[in-house]
Amino acid sequence: MMIAQLITSFIASAAFGVIFNVPKNSLFQCGFVGMLGWILYFVLVENEINSIIATLSAAFIVAVISQYFAKRYKTPITIFNVSGIIPLVPGGLSYDAMKHFVGNDFYVAVQLAAKVFMLAGAIAMGLIFAEVMNQLVTKYNKRKLRLRS
Amino acid sequence: MDDRLPYNEIIDVCLLAGKIMLQNGAETSRVEDTMVRIAAAFGCGESHSFSTPTGIIFSLDGMHPASKLIRVSQRSTDLHKVTLVNSISRSISSKEMTPEEAYLRLKQIEKAGMGYPMWVQVFAAFIASGCFLIMFQGQWNDFIWSCIAGGMGFTCLLYLHWLLEVRFFAEFIASLVVGLVAMFFVQIGVGSHLDTIIIGAVMPLVPGLLITNAARDLIAGHLVSGLSKGADAGLTALAIGAGISAAFVFL
Repeated sequence: MMIAQLITSFIASAAFGVIFNVPKNSLFQCGFVGMLGWILYFVLVENEINSIIATLSAAFIVAVISQYFAKRYKTPITIFNVSGIIPLVPGGLSYDAMKHFVGNDFYVAVQLAAKVFMLAGAIAMGLIFAEVMNQLVTKYNKRKLRLRS
Repeated sequence: MDDRLPYNEIIDVCLLAGKIMLQNGAETSRVEDTMVRIAAAFGCGESHSFSTPTGIIFSLDGMHPASKLIRVSQRSTDLHKVTLVNSISRSISSKEMTPEEAYLRLKQIEKAGMGYPMWVQVFAAFIASGCFLIMFQGQWNDFIWSCIAGGMGFTCLLYLHWLLEVRFFAEFIASLVVGLVAMFFVQIGVGSHLDTIIIGAVMPLVPGLLITNAARDLIAGHLVSGLSKGADAGLTALAIGAGISAAFVFL
């Protein structure tokens, strides 16, 4: 079960890299980032942790690793971010919401739509947290360098 | 500032670099940052760039006319080009390139075709659909049907995108096709779970790049482009939802 999840999330993220035309030598990293984010999300949800928290932490990890890869391989961060975020997008839930909207079951549909918005917000929050942490770390490192010299 | 600087060439290089990046899916903040950096590397310390998803205004201080505007109407996704422009900007920053060389290289990048051939992209969408089906707790015996539905949907998207320039409509039809194909497989009895098949097959159409870029732009304080990219992503999501719903209505 877990192995199937690992393999499929890796392939799916790398395939998304192909759809977005990322450079060939970054495809592996794209798949890796996607796999890591998805597995974290999957494990957290399996252990009955709120899906919003799970999405938030997965998005955070994805963004942190993307930043690391972007620095290491000197490429724009978007390349890794996108393929990592894609599996976290609440596709299934928005589909469910849409289905209930079409079936005139607005009561359930609005509830689901609200949840979709929360999850989308969680993704954005995860990205923001990672960005903030990145800036803090760079500032801290710069200060350390200045103090040393 | 030095009067002998080739202002016109510098501004052209900056605008072309910005245009290529903006057209191919870079964040607005990165575009502005790159343009200002290139100008600085060529010796123009004071430059201002304002870019939105649909156009760039760029100006160098100490030059007449002071600014230039470029309109960006065609947008697609080719992160390979963004990477290439990024590396050119790096080598300009380390003073390895003159404006003329940079301009030539950028022109080459602009003219180059997409990174991967069409069939590879369709194949990627094909495989991705199946993998997403498994990730969303689908059955392995639905794998191939989700692949086919997703591949057909994505092919439709590419074809319609090329045929007509209304993105909303292309996405609508593509997701309609996904829905209809998935329903067809369930109707003839080979596919078992309609919901998971559709969810998996629709994933290649999801505007993931727009979502992440909108979030990153908003964080960077580029409110105009962040909001408009968010609206763009919302519109795409609406098109996908409408397409799937239309497929349900047909049934």
